[in-house]
Amino acid sequence: MTYLFAAYTAVWVVLFGYVFSISRRQQKFHEEVARLQELINSQKRS
Amino acid sequence: MKLIRVHALSTFIAMLIALYAIFIFAPTERTMGFIGEVQRIFYFHVSSNWTTFLATFFVFLCSILFLLKERREWDIRAATAAELGALFGTIGLITGILWAKPVWGIWWTWEARLTSFFLLWLILLGYQMLRRVVDSPAQRAKLSAVFGILAAVDTPIVYMANRWWRTQHPAPVIAGGAGSGLDARMALTLCITLAAFTLLYFYLWRMRCELERAGDVIETLQRQLQTQGMEVR
Repeated sequence: MTYLFAAYTAVWVVLFGYVFSISRRQQKFHEEVARLQELINSQKRS
Repeated sequence: MKLIRVHALSTFIAMLIALYAIFIFAPTERTMGFIGEVQRIFYFHVSSNWTTFLATFFVFLCSILFLLKERREWDIRAATAAELGALFGTIGLITGILWAKPVWGIWWTWEARLTSFFLLWLILLGYQMLRRVVDSPAQRAKLSAVFGILAAVDTPIVYMANRWWRTQHPAPVIAGGAGSGLDARMALTLCITLAAFTLLYFYLWRMRCELERAGDVIETLQRQLQTQGMEVR
């Protein structure tokens, strides 16, 4: 039973860790795109 | 509702059904005696290894398409598929090790099936390293496409290893010839888990490709600003 528990725990830790890292990077990228877009727009305005 | 949300929701529901099938619907393995419960690792183990094969097939296909068409999109798809192949390969190795210890009494043995799978996992990790060390994007894409095609060569060896050679790894239960096969409820549970993992793979692949494309948009915007003489960052 210990091995069964360990196996399924490990699977979920690996999967959630990966999904979490993707969503964090996605969030960072969206913020960066918005920031750069704003810089370009301000450049155009001036 | 956006298609990606439908995909996420269906993956989540499929996973819940798979967990129900694994822990409640599927019968306990009787021939393994008091450690029969450990057999339930099998469903996630087989499904994650299937997903690794699926990912390697897409690495192979997208790498060939990249070499033929030289479109960045195929490079993105191959690279992200390789990353997911390594991820699911890691799950396959962990679940395999945790199954082997109570059943065989050892964590690992260097027999044909395990060694060829371990090699495939190392190749997929090597692919990630290769992409990090080559600076030129064009060269990186070409080299990794060639490496991706080579990685696929190991897949049929992994699949056939316990058919060609006597291995410590159990004989195939599906398409394994006379004497192979699964209890009907176990087979259904395996099919549900395979479907859930396939859905999960395509969902993660989609998310990962979008992330890579967002990285390209950032690079384009940064270049645009630099050509206008602006300091980025």
